[in-house]
Amino acid sequence: MSDAGKGKVPALEISNLNVFFGHGESRFQAVKNVSFVLPEGASFGLVGESGSGKSTVLRAITGLVRDWSGTIKVAGSTLGERRETAFYRQVQMVFQDPYASLHPRHTVDRILSEPLRLHRIGDIDRRVLQALDDVGLPRAFRFRYPHQLSGGQRQRVAVARALMLEPRILLLDEPTSALDVSVQAEILNLLTDLRARRGLTYLMVSHDLAVVAHMCEQIAVMRLGEVVEVMGVEQMRQATPEDAYTQELLRASLGYDRDFFSAHMEE
Amino acid sequence: MNATDPLLTVEDLNVRFPTRQGVIEAVRGTSFSVGRERVGIVGESGSGKSMTGRAILRLVRPPGEVSARRIDFMGEDLLSLSEREMRRIRGHRISMVMQDPKFSLNPVIRVGEQISEAYRLHTRASRRAARQKTLEMLEAVQIRDPERVYQTFPHEVSGGMGQRIMIAMMLIPDPDLLIADEPTSALDVTVQMRVLAILDKLVQERGMGLIFISHDLNLVSSFCDRVIIMYGGRIVETCRAAELDKAEHPYTRGLLAALPRLDQPQARLDVLERDPAWLKEQSVVAHV
Amino acid sequence: MMRAPDTQITRPGLRAWLNSDAPASRFQARMIQLYLGWLKLRGNPLALIGFLIIVALVLMAIFAPWLATAEPSAQDLGQRLLPPGSAGHLLGTDELGRDIWSRIVYGSRITLMIVTLVAVTAPVFGLLVGTLAGYIGGWVDEVLMRVTDIFLAFPKLILALAFVAALGAGIENAILAISLTAWPPYARIARAETLTIRNADYIAAISLQGAGALHIITRHVWPMCLSSLIVRVTLDMAGIILTAAGLGFLGLGAQPPMPEWGAMISAGRKFVLDQWWVATMPGLAIFTVSLGFNLLGDGLRDILDPKKSKS
Repeated sequence: MSDAGKGKVPALEISNLNVFFGHGESRFQAVKNVSFVLPEGASFGLVGESGSGKSTVLRAITGLVRDWSGTIKVAGSTLGERRETAFYRQVQMVFQDPYASLHPRHTVDRILSEPLRLHRIGDIDRRVLQALDDVGLPRAFRFRYPHQLSGGQRQRVAVARALMLEPRILLLDEPTSALDVSVQAEILNLLTDLRARRGLTYLMVSHDLAVVAHMCEQIAVMRLGEVVEVMGVEQMRQATPEDAYTQELLRASLGYDRDFFSAHMEE
Repeated sequence: MNATDPLLTVEDLNVRFPTRQGVIEAVRGTSFSVGRERVGIVGESGSGKSMTGRAILRLVRPPGEVSARRIDFMGEDLLSLSEREMRRIRGHRISMVMQDPKFSLNPVIRVGEQISEAYRLHTRASRRAARQKTLEMLEAVQIRDPERVYQTFPHEVSGGMGQRIMIAMMLIPDPDLLIADEPTSALDVTVQMRVLAILDKLVQERGMGLIFISHDLNLVSSFCDRVIIMYGGRIVETCRAAELDKAEHPYTRGLLAALPRLDQPQARLDVLERDPAWLKEQSVVAHV
Repeated sequence: MMRAPDTQITRPGLRAWLNSDAPASRFQARMIQLYLGWLKLRGNPLALIGFLIIVALVLMAIFAPWLATAEPSAQDLGQRLLPPGSAGHLLGTDELGRDIWSRIVYGSRITLMIVTLVAVTAPVFGLLVGTLAGYIGGWVDEVLMRVTDIFLAFPKLILALAFVAALGAGIENAILAISLTAWPPYARIARAETLTIRNADYIAAISLQGAGALHIITRHVWPMCLSSLIVRVTLDMAGIILTAAGLGFLGLGAQPPMPEWGAMISAGRKFVLDQWWVATMPGLAIFTVSLGFNLLGDGLRDILDPKKSKS
C-alpha cells in the first residue's frame, strides 16, 4: 500500500450490489442494484424497515452471505469470492442483539482475546485490559460470563471485540435496537467517541431515523431491496425528502400523528 | 356512568417473585385508575410495567405473588373473584393484546375460526352469526379481503396483519377495557402507525378504556391522553401526555434527554444518571 | 456438625473467593461456575442422591481390596449357597462358595470400566460426526447421517449381539460392541444442536474474526452441544450397564470367573427359587447404580440445560 493515494481512496465503495437468497425457483433478490461510497472517516446510515435488505448489505460485505454480484471495494481493493485474513483486520461488525452475539459459555476475557489468538497478535493481557478501558468497562469484568452482564455492558463487550483487530471500518447492525433508551444513549456516545478518537469509518444500519440522524452524515433509505433516496442529514432533519415513502418514515419516527395516520390505515 | 368515572381502580399493587437470592419486587405499591381514556404506562425493562398489566388480569404465574388493597373493575373486586369468574372477565370485559401475535394465535387453526371461537365463547352466538361478526371485525381493522384472511393460518400472515387479527380477536367481545402490552413494538414503524390508528379509532368509537404499555416515550406521549412513568416497580411520575415535556422527575427528564431527536441535533446524548434514592421514593398515585 | 478449626478459618475465605462476581483469573471463573453447579445440584435432593450413589460406586471400585472381605474368586465348596448374614459372608455365598459381597465390590470395577470406556468413546464419536454433519452440511451431512440412520435401524441389543458374535465373547469386545451401537443417537443430538447454533450471531461474529470451520466447531459449537450430550449420556448409562449385564447374562460379555454383575445373575438364576440371594444381590447392585445414573441425569438436565435454566 502506498501513502500517496491515502485520503483519496474511499474506505468502502459498493457498486451495483445484488444479493440473492435461496436456490432455483425460490431464489429471490433481497438487494437490488445498490451503490454507495464511504470516504475515509465518514459515517453512513442505511435506514429501512424489515425486508428492505439493509442488513443484507452488511452481510454481503462481510461475506456472511455468499450469493451476491457487483463490486465491493475496501480501501481500493476489490473483494473476491472469499474474504482473506487481512479483510477481517480492516472491517469488523457489531451485531444487533448483544444477548445473541456473545458466546454464552465464554468469559469476556476469552471473547476479547480470541481474535488476537486467531491473528497471532501478542501482548494479549495488555490489549484485553486496554480494550475494556476503551469501552468503559471495569477491569473486574474481565472474567465474567455474558449472563452476568447487563444488555448495555454486553454491547460494550461486542464493540470491544470488534475493535480488537483495530479495523478501519465498523459495520453497525442496529447496535442499540435491543437496548433501553438510556442505555442506547450510552452506547451511541461510546460509538461517537471511538470514531472521533480512532478516525473510524461507520456504516450503520437502523430502522430508527433519529438514531441514524444522530450518528451519520449521509443517509440512504432502502425499501424492498432498493435505495429509494440518499440524502444528507440536514435534509432529513428539515424533513424535506422527495420520496413519499421517506416522508412517511419521517412522520412515523416523530411519533403518532392522529390526523396523518388515520388516513393511512389499510394494509 | 360518567365518562370520567374510573373503570379500573388499583390501590397499592405489589407483585413479588421469591427466588433463591431473595424476593424480587417487580411492582411496589402502585396506585392508579383508568377511565374511558388512553393511559400509557412507560418504563424501561425491569420497571414493572408489563407485570402491572398482567397483575390486573391475574395472569402472573407462580411463584409470582400479587397483592393489592383493591383492584376494582366497574364495582367488582378482581382479587376476590374465583378463577372461574376471572375467566369471564378476561377476554370478555378486559382484553389483552400482547407484543407478538405469533405467540398468541394457535398455529394450527385458521385465524377466522379463532376469532369466531372467541366470540362464541362469550356470547353463545350461532356459528353463522359469529362468522358474520368476525368478517365485520376483520373489516373494522382495515383488512381489505376479510373472506380470504378468514381462511388463512397464522404463519401465513405478516406481522402487521397478525397484530390486526389479534386486535380484532380482542375487541370482538366488546370489552370495556383493553390492555395492550407493547402491541406494536415488533412491527415496522409505518406498519406500527397504521395499527395504532386502527386501535385509536376503535377505542374512540366504542368508548373503551385503554392501558397502553410501552418502552417508547415518544410514541406513548403522542398516542395517549395520560402517561404513567414507572421505574423500579414504582410510579415516579404521572401527567397529561401533552405536558410530558414539562415533566419534573429527574428520571423522566433523563429519559427524554437520552432520546436522539430528529429536530434537534446534539453532538452527544445526555446519559441518564440513576439516583439510588429513586428506589426509595413513595410511588406516586396516578388516579384519573 | 463439628468442623476442624483450620477449615473454619479457610472456609469463609474460600466461599468469598467462589462467590466473587469479579473473578481475577480464568481459573477462578471456572471454579465459580463449578461451584454454582454444585449449589444447584445440592438444591436438588434426588440428583444429589444420584450423585452420591455414583460417588459411592467410584469409591467402591477404588477401595475394593479394603472393602472386600474375601478374594472375589476364592472358592470354598464347603461354604456353598450360604444365606445372607452368615458368619463372614455379609450377603451370603454363591454356588461355588464365593463371597457375594466381595464379588459385587470387585464387580463395581468392571461396571465402572464399562461405563467409563463407553462414555469416552461413543459420545465423542457421535459429537464429531454430528457437528461435522451439521456445520458443513451438504453431501457430508447426507453421507454421515445416512450411515447414522443405518445404525439406528437395528435394535441396540441385537446389534451388540451381532458384533460380539463376530468379534468373539469377552468384556473388551462387549464394550466395543456397546460403543458401536451407542453413538448414533449422540450424533443425532449433536447435529440438531449444531443446526441451531450454526446460525447464531456469536458464530457469525467469530467467523468475522477470521476463524476457520475447524476452530469454530471445536471451540464454539462443541461447548454448546456438550451439556445436552452429558445429560443424555448420563441417562443412557443405566441402559449401557443393563446391556453389558445382558451380554454377561447371555455369556457373551464378561467370562467366568470375572465378577461381572450380569454374569453373576446369570449364574444365580438356577437357584433363584431356593437361594434367591445369589441372583438378587447383583441385581440390586445393577438396580442401584442404574437408578443413581438416572437421578443424576435428570438433575444434570436442570443444571446444565441453558434453555431451561433461563426461565
